[in-house]
Amino acid sequence: MASKNQLARLTLSVLSATALLATAACGSSSGAAGASASASTDEWSKTGPINYVQGKDTSGYVQGILDKWNALHPDQKVTLVELSESADEQRAAMIKNAESKGASNYDVLSVDVVWTAEFAANGYLAQLPSSLDTSGYLKAAVDSGTYFNKLYAFPSTSDGALLYYRKDLLDAAGLQVPKTWSDMKAACAKIKTTNPSIDCYGGQFQKYEGLTCNFAEMVNSAGGQFLSSDGKPTVNTPQAVAGVQWAVDAFKDGTIPKAALTWKEEESRKAFQDGNLVFLRNWPYVYTLAQKTDGSSKVAGKFGVAPIPGLNGPGVSTLGGHNMGISKYSQNKGTALAFLKWYNSPENQKSNTLANSSAPTWTALYTDPELTSKFAYLPVLKASIDNAQARPKAVKYGDVTLAIQDAAYNALNGTAAPKAAMDDLQTKLQALVK
Amino acid sequence: MAVTTAERTAPVATKRKKNAFSDGQGALAAMLLAPTMLVLLLVAGIPIIMSVTESFFRTNDRIDPQTGLVQTGTNFVGFQNFTDIFAHPATVVGVYGSMDRLVNSFINTTLFTVVCVILETVLGVSMALIMAKAFRGRGLVRASILVPWAIPTIVSAMMWKLIFNTSGVANKVLGLTNNPILWLADNKYSQISIIVADVWKTAPFIGLLTLAGLQTIPAEVYEAARVDGANAWQTFVRITLPMVKPALVVAVLFRTLDTLRMFDLPYGMIGANKYSVETLSMFAYQETMQTRYGPAAAYSIILFFYIVLVAFLFVKLLGADVVGDEELKAVNAQRKRMKALHQQQAKAAGRVRTNVTSGSAAS
Repeated sequence: MASKNQLARLTLSVLSATALLATAACGSSSGAAGASASASTDEWSKTGPINYVQGKDTSGYVQGILDKWNALHPDQKVTLVELSESADEQRAAMIKNAESKGASNYDVLSVDVVWTAEFAANGYLAQLPSSLDTSGYLKAAVDSGTYFNKLYAFPSTSDGALLYYRKDLLDAAGLQVPKTWSDMKAACAKIKTTNPSIDCYGGQFQKYEGLTCNFAEMVNSAGGQFLSSDGKPTVNTPQAVAGVQWAVDAFKDGTIPKAALTWKEEESRKAFQDGNLVFLRNWPYVYTLAQKTDGSSKVAGKFGVAPIPGLNGPGVSTLGGHNMGISKYSQNKGTALAFLKWYNSPENQKSNTLANSSAPTWTALYTDPELTSKFAYLPVLKASIDNAQARPKAVKYGDVTLAIQDAAYNALNGTAAPKAAMDDLQTKLQALVK
Repeated sequence: MAVTTAERTAPVATKRKKNAFSDGQGALAAMLLAPTMLVLLLVAGIPIIMSVTESFFRTNDRIDPQTGLVQTGTNFVGFQNFTDIFAHPATVVGVYGSMDRLVNSFINTTLFTVVCVILETVLGVSMALIMAKAFRGRGLVRASILVPWAIPTIVSAMMWKLIFNTSGVANKVLGLTNNPILWLADNKYSQISIIVADVWKTAPFIGLLTLAGLQTIPAEVYEAARVDGANAWQTFVRITLPMVKPALVVAVLFRTLDTLRMFDLPYGMIGANKYSVETLSMFAYQETMQTRYGPAAAYSIILFFYIVLVAFLFVKLLGADVVGDEELKAVNAQRKRMKALHQQQAKAAGRVRTNVTSGSAAS
């Protein structure tokens, strides 16, 4: 009995000693973090291997481009770091890298246009050297990477809203593509006499970033503005409220189906592809997918694209896209800068557009014959982007966009009158945007 | 009187016995426990202390009007992260009207916990009763009841998202294809959809633990009840429930604590910043995403204390026995028996007295 007890004790003490060692090992492993970043002028000449960080590379295209670069620069290899598909998580990972002074070793970052202000103001991104030439790139895209007149992110891809319309139905009814909201409603009324079950217009009205984009388009297309030219919030002007009022009425009278309150990009695309919508507001990526003839789309060959409509004329799209910035804590900023320039060169932008049907930022590509013959929507997209409005540039963009979504959702749901919702938003934005 | 003395001396006797044989064992026990304590300190103690410290600080967010750059560093703000909930409420409009966002999420958390746990308990116990019965295909029934529990929460969130889609199964089954309910928007129906999905997923958990409890009830007890002519309801209320109570209470406690920190189901199914389904942990997470670590820590601590309070009440009021210490249990049971005996004696004595008074009143 005693020997058995002793054996048990011995086993126990051996086990606990192991546990103790294991914990000690755990404790010591997190020592070597936090590299220092000195701000010297010859920082931009340092070369070496770097990491390129972006969201999930769903098409597998990016790795191919990196292989090309790596073949050209064997001593300055670029490694692809793929983050989550969710934009919020990408942003969180990039902030974590910056707040740990570059512990994740991110060098070149693919940043959403709305993150520029936050990342620049908090010093997450290095200010790009003024020698960097941005002429030839879309003006709106360059502006989206600029904060306090300094360039922090280089234009990489752009995005603008398009109005997808059922060409077959419009032609059958002998109608033109509508330029205003009232034209659109009239067109729907005529089409509904022969197609009673079809819904008129769809967009992205679920409560997320897409709602901010759609809502901004309603406000801007009615002549309103989120911020005045000197950066002061102006969301409760009569024009802005008129835009909101139109959206609220459209939901009330069924021009926009109730279900659209739960739609993101994909749900609305599906509704259009299933033939349930006459008009759809969405991004260019839908074009290729809706054109597919493998049975996934019932509207292949039956639709066209046009600029989005507005209250009294063509509408104003919300500017989207991604820019490329360089982490302030990057150790090899020279390589990072060279890679950034090379990646966004006209040739690479062209191959990117061909592979992913993304919207390029190199202006000349919108009139490139090879591209326009493949992507007929490019001239329309160019017009959309040229006319586009950026979302408010705010350091606290997360709070700004949530305030906009709250106001939009309350107005569209009918819990608040348009004017009251916009007054409330005005008060909130005045505190957030200074 | 003799009974009480025996009761008092009993624990003392065991204590003395322990002491007599424990020379040197105290040090050994401390040594053996040290690694566990160290691990606990590392994975639980230090993070809690760090969270508490974090909740007293706030990140600088003042922007330099010339350069547009944000000042760096943090400020000590004392209890301001807590007091601002009342001093500077961030008003949002949820299902219950406009109120502070934290209060709103607090009500959501409580509502989900109460409703979900009650429904899960009722369903779980029914499941356990079915699973405990011997019939053909019992294995199949047991397996199919347990399937929801085996599915990761985020996967079931995606599944229910499809079901509650505007053109999904839920609206079709309810015959609402023409005037669909927007389950996935941000309204009271979103709350119902969350409750349905949560009950579906976790009722099997209570079912499983209750089944384990049911299987410890000896068949003879039921036999005796049958002989005495008890009907099914009496058997359930007088035998099954009391005997399964220890297991059931622990299951309900676990579910309550789990539901209080609900996150992935509403986040995956309905989405972020939806005030009708936002729970405390979701709100704290959203604050972290906006790099407001101080307030986020403060809200997490409020949730922490809420959970501690609920757990404490459970153990005190319902006698949830989480630790399962056999010796302690035996001592307590003995004490209880003695108390009951005392009461019985007192009652017997009282009854005599009552008879007297009633007799005097009658006369």
